[in-house]
Amino acid sequence: MSKVRVLVGTKKGAFVLTSDGKREKWDVSGPHFAGWEIYHMKGSPVNPDRIYASQTSGWFGQVVQRSDDGGKTWETVGNKFAYDGTPGTHQWYDGTPHPWEFKRVWHFEPSLTDVETVYAGAEDAGLFLSKDGGKNWEELPGLRGHGTGPHWQPGAGGLCLHTIILDPKDDKRIYIAISAAGAFRTDDGGGTWKPINKGLYSKYIPDPTAEVGHCVHHIAMHAERPGVLFMQKHWDVMRSDDAGENWTKVSGNLPTDFGFAIDVHAHEPETIYVVPIKSDGEHFPLDGQLKVYRSKSGGNEWEPLTKGLPQKDCYVNVLRDAMSVDKLDKCGVYFGTTGGQVYVSSDAGDSWMPIVQNLPSVLSVEVQTLS
Amino acid sequence: MIRVELPQHLRTLAGVKGHEVTLEVVGPVTVRSVLDAVEARYPMLCGTIRDHVTKERRAFLRFFACGVDLSHDSVDAPLPAAVVKGREPLIVLGAIAGG
Repeated sequence: MSKVRVLVGTKKGAFVLTSDGKREKWDVSGPHFAGWEIYHMKGSPVNPDRIYASQTSGWFGQVVQRSDDGGKTWETVGNKFAYDGTPGTHQWYDGTPHPWEFKRVWHFEPSLTDVETVYAGAEDAGLFLSKDGGKNWEELPGLRGHGTGPHWQPGAGGLCLHTIILDPKDDKRIYIAISAAGAFRTDDGGGTWKPINKGLYSKYIPDPTAEVGHCVHHIAMHAERPGVLFMQKHWDVMRSDDAGENWTKVSGNLPTDFGFAIDVHAHEPETIYVVPIKSDGEHFPLDGQLKVYRSKSGGNEWEPLTKGLPQKDCYVNVLRDAMSVDKLDKCGVYFGTTGGQVYVSSDAGDSWMPIVQNLPSVLSVEVQTLS
Repeated sequence: MIRVELPQHLRTLAGVKGHEVTLEVVGPVTVRSVLDAVEARYPMLCGTIRDHVTKERRAFLRFFACGVDLSHDSVDAPLPAAVVKGREPLIVLGAIAGG
């Protein structure tokens, strides 16, 4: 019988939620690494019991934890993230040059084919690679060394590389996204990169259609259709049908197109989910009503999903890496909130229930479907 | 033996019971040599007290001994005799900050 394991990173520790395929009764383990911020956890597609966790602290810096038994026990692995060569500068908030400084790992992306290979997206924005299960890390400097690097500027959350998408049909192609530089793609395994931001319009930057400088919040892709990308930008929900070469706005009838999280149904590549947030100044749902919006047409036409979600006095946020889907039939959809709730829908969004309601503020949610 | 008091989160990370660790330090007893010994015994603490590369103290940590803040002293300065003789610990202290 299938099982699901939900990896939840929070402001004060990690939690592992498990259930059978019915997704009705849940076991909760944690907090792991109590008191530390867990920015992200993710399991290897090759060996799901291999899980990486980004454990961070303003006091003690970065720790990388690895489990080889599905999150029951953990060991520390390498935490030395040194930028290649002389790091140079990017732009600070006020436009002045600021040295590149490693702060934390926002996202781990384990290889689709090799259990020992894993990518890490860092703040300040850099992409790191380990080929020995996280013991040693080296930067892929072609990204940060792209000619626009000195012009990158942090978003409110920092200059963070938060999205890494590996193309399952082309092992040389990787997509990444940085707040607030934008989206980039490599077609040669990380040696060289190109900005893929054509069609994005950001009225809050000096040149709204600039090559870089867009505050991309998250990107999602369906594994069976790797050339099609969906993006939640600071404002605007976007879509690309040509591997990021061109983007078109698909916000359609959304009540607000500000938000952070976006994901794609596991079996329906045109079905996508977002959680609209009121505005960049007010990071909570409209009217105190928590609604996931689903489009079954790849954007533009959206329907609110509310059954089981609070429809009054709800003022939480859903962060960029805090939504995920499982691969069961029907597809399960999960998201966590800054109020400490983790919700599951076991019917592709039609109805929702809380798995837990009182965790620390949720930073990330990843789901593993286990046989 | 040199005594070192670590913040709670680092004790947990290193699997240390109690408030202190005791270490043998070869040669001059300084902040640098004591932290070298701490990191050799507990490699999971590398990077959590001082930067991997520059060896700079992390901004929200301080070093105290015998009631004196040593954070801005040279890391190669000799530590007080009471620390060298094990009567007092070198304290690695996390800033009281945050919420």
